[in-house]
Amino acid sequence: MNRPAKIFILHSRLRAYYLMTAIDDLFVRLKSQGKKAFMPFVTAADPNLGFTRQVLRKLDQLGCSMAEVGIPYSDPIADGPVIQASYTRALATKVKLKDIFNEIAAERANLSMPLVSMVSYAIIHRQGPQCYVDAALAAGFSGAIVPDLLVEESGALARICHANNFNLIQLVTPTTPRDRALKIAEHSSGFLYFVSVTGITGERTELPPDLVDRVSWLRERTPLPICIGFGISKPEHVRLLAPVSDGLIVGSAIVRMMEQAAKSEQEALKSIEELVSSLISAMDENAV
Amino acid sequence: MSLAPSSHMVNRSVETTATKQVPDLNGRFGDFGGRYVPETLTRALDELIVAYNQAMQDPDFHAELNELLHRFVGRPSPLYHAKRLSKQLGGAQIWLKREDLNHTGAHKINNTLGQALLTLRMKKTRVIAETGAGQHGVASATACAHFGLPCVVYMGSEDVRRQKPNVFSMRLMGAEVRPVESGSRTLRDAVNEAMRDWMSSVENTHYIIGSVIGPHPFPMMVRDFQSVIGRECREQCLSSFGRLPDTIVACVGGGSNAAGMFYPFVDDRSVRLIGVEAGGRGATPGEHASPLSYGSPGVLHGSYSYVMQDEDGQTSDVHSMSAGLDYPGVGPEHSYWKDSQRVEYTSCRDDEALGAFDFLARNEGILTALETCHAVAKAAETAKTMTPDQHLVICLSGRGDKDAAELARLRGQEW
Repeated sequence: MNRPAKIFILHSRLRAYYLMTAIDDLFVRLKSQGKKAFMPFVTAADPNLGFTRQVLRKLDQLGCSMAEVGIPYSDPIADGPVIQASYTRALATKVKLKDIFNEIAAERANLSMPLVSMVSYAIIHRQGPQCYVDAALAAGFSGAIVPDLLVEESGALARICHANNFNLIQLVTPTTPRDRALKIAEHSSGFLYFVSVTGITGERTELPPDLVDRVSWLRERTPLPICIGFGISKPEHVRLLAPVSDGLIVGSAIVRMMEQAAKSEQEALKSIEELVSSLISAMDENAV
Repeated sequence: MSLAPSSHMVNRSVETTATKQVPDLNGRFGDFGGRYVPETLTRALDELIVAYNQAMQDPDFHAELNELLHRFVGRPSPLYHAKRLSKQLGGAQIWLKREDLNHTGAHKINNTLGQALLTLRMKKTRVIAETGAGQHGVASATACAHFGLPCVVYMGSEDVRRQKPNVFSMRLMGAEVRPVESGSRTLRDAVNEAMRDWMSSVENTHYIIGSVIGPHPFPMMVRDFQSVIGRECREQCLSSFGRLPDTIVACVGGGSNAAGMFYPFVDDRSVRLIGVEAGGRGATPGEHASPLSYGSPGVLHGSYSYVMQDEDGQTSDVHSMSAGLDYPGVGPEHSYWKDSQRVEYTSCRDDEALGAFDFLARNEGILTALETCHAVAKAAETAKTMTPDQHLVICLSGRGDKDAAELARLRGQEW
């Protein structure tokens, strides 16, 4: 694995086929089945790591394709009130990154779906990118989404991720010009995260009218799977967007249910199950 | 599975000589700065870089800004020889660069007028701002009222409480002040909330950041707009005492008055530059707001700079009695100046700053902002070690009227 970084850049697309991560495998399998990925987001340690493990097990049993685990951060500027409040509750428990990784590692064997960490660059930088990737891999994560790392600043981390067969999932937004979106797609691995709205995370009643066109345009021009996130909370969103994408990400709508866990973990689990089941069945209506 | 902070942070290359030729095209001051923001903001930041560069090359822009600074703000601000203060301390001659005499009572207006002009050039129709002490909020509200732009100011609810007069002023000028209830309810949380607003409103809104913080190009742009302080000061020193000063002292929260004062002197190696952070109640973590003195390099609010953080990279809570310095981060150029040893950074406790407030009030008849008092306290200490033929300049960044009620509260007196 010690080939020079240059070779990885030149062959990064080919590498995806030669050394597949669990995420690459997932999308190949879904494609052959004519299915789309359903990806819930959960905050780690809200209200405790035991509950995070229970939720992940439940999501896996319900047939989720993959889960994003949000590493709580003190200053999440891309997040709306629901995820902010969830991060604040998690950090109030004094949870540390190593506790999160230890508990995920302990739960990993019970889960069949791949896991991705959603993590601020402030946290990755503090560990050192290599240490972060090593620790995340050891915990059983297949990749990372770093919402505050622009493609221009991502070179060093991207090289480490490539060398370690760890996906670095980059984001495209409605404000991203088309040529830039293509550049971001070239530098992303695993899948491309298409942010549906100009704004922060949180449920929306309406999604932008040109979203479908934007995603379709990009999807014709990159071999990378494209998943849509931000604002998705209802079965009708799923019915609209699943056909034009390779997968959907649902965050705030699920995290909102986690708020109940402080009172009753069973109630919270039940609410999450109901929501996720309804969204997955809306997705299956689209299956070819 | 090792999660210890890695060696690349300890063994960063240390610049030996600071230069004025920073930042580079990526917004880097040495290792510091850059852009760590969500993709959503990239296009707006790129547009801002273009608009700023065009404005800098446009004589009409400079003419319009200079006219405003002269007739609306009252620039140049005086360089005042504080003779009584100098005599009392028995050391260097002390000179005060009177930014407190600007319209709105602080240096903040130098930047907001520049950025408001850029807002118009970019054809954006709405302005947002964050504020701690309220001086930047007032300066933003003022610039927006002047140009007829709607203005929303985010302010931590703790700061709304301790800087009431400024909240009232902002509202009088038609700005909407939105108290922020998250986190420690101070400047850091106000920046978070303003950034979130901008994430959704970026198509038609310009975010006037008030300090030399945030993603590129803000640290460079705010420094440039504030550099009028140092440029004037340099000329005034030459005309007042025929040479450059020996020492300049300024307070540092995010660091805009200090950056504007220091930058024109960076190449003048004979001039000793001292930045003073908020030492709060002491050196214990959580009791101060001195990232350059006690923090470590990390990422906060869009740039890489010294920050108060825990071993995971979570931003730590900080304390200062002065709302404008109560911030866990600092501008990336200050980090660059610290590591290259061009500027000395030190910190001053709440009680020392309060002492300086009284000292300046009683010896010179000037009520000084609590933020600025930190610089005054360290300057007094430094002046005593100097000789009467030497010259020390204090950047008197803001006036103290806004702090009268908070001072009374801190001292248990009636207001």
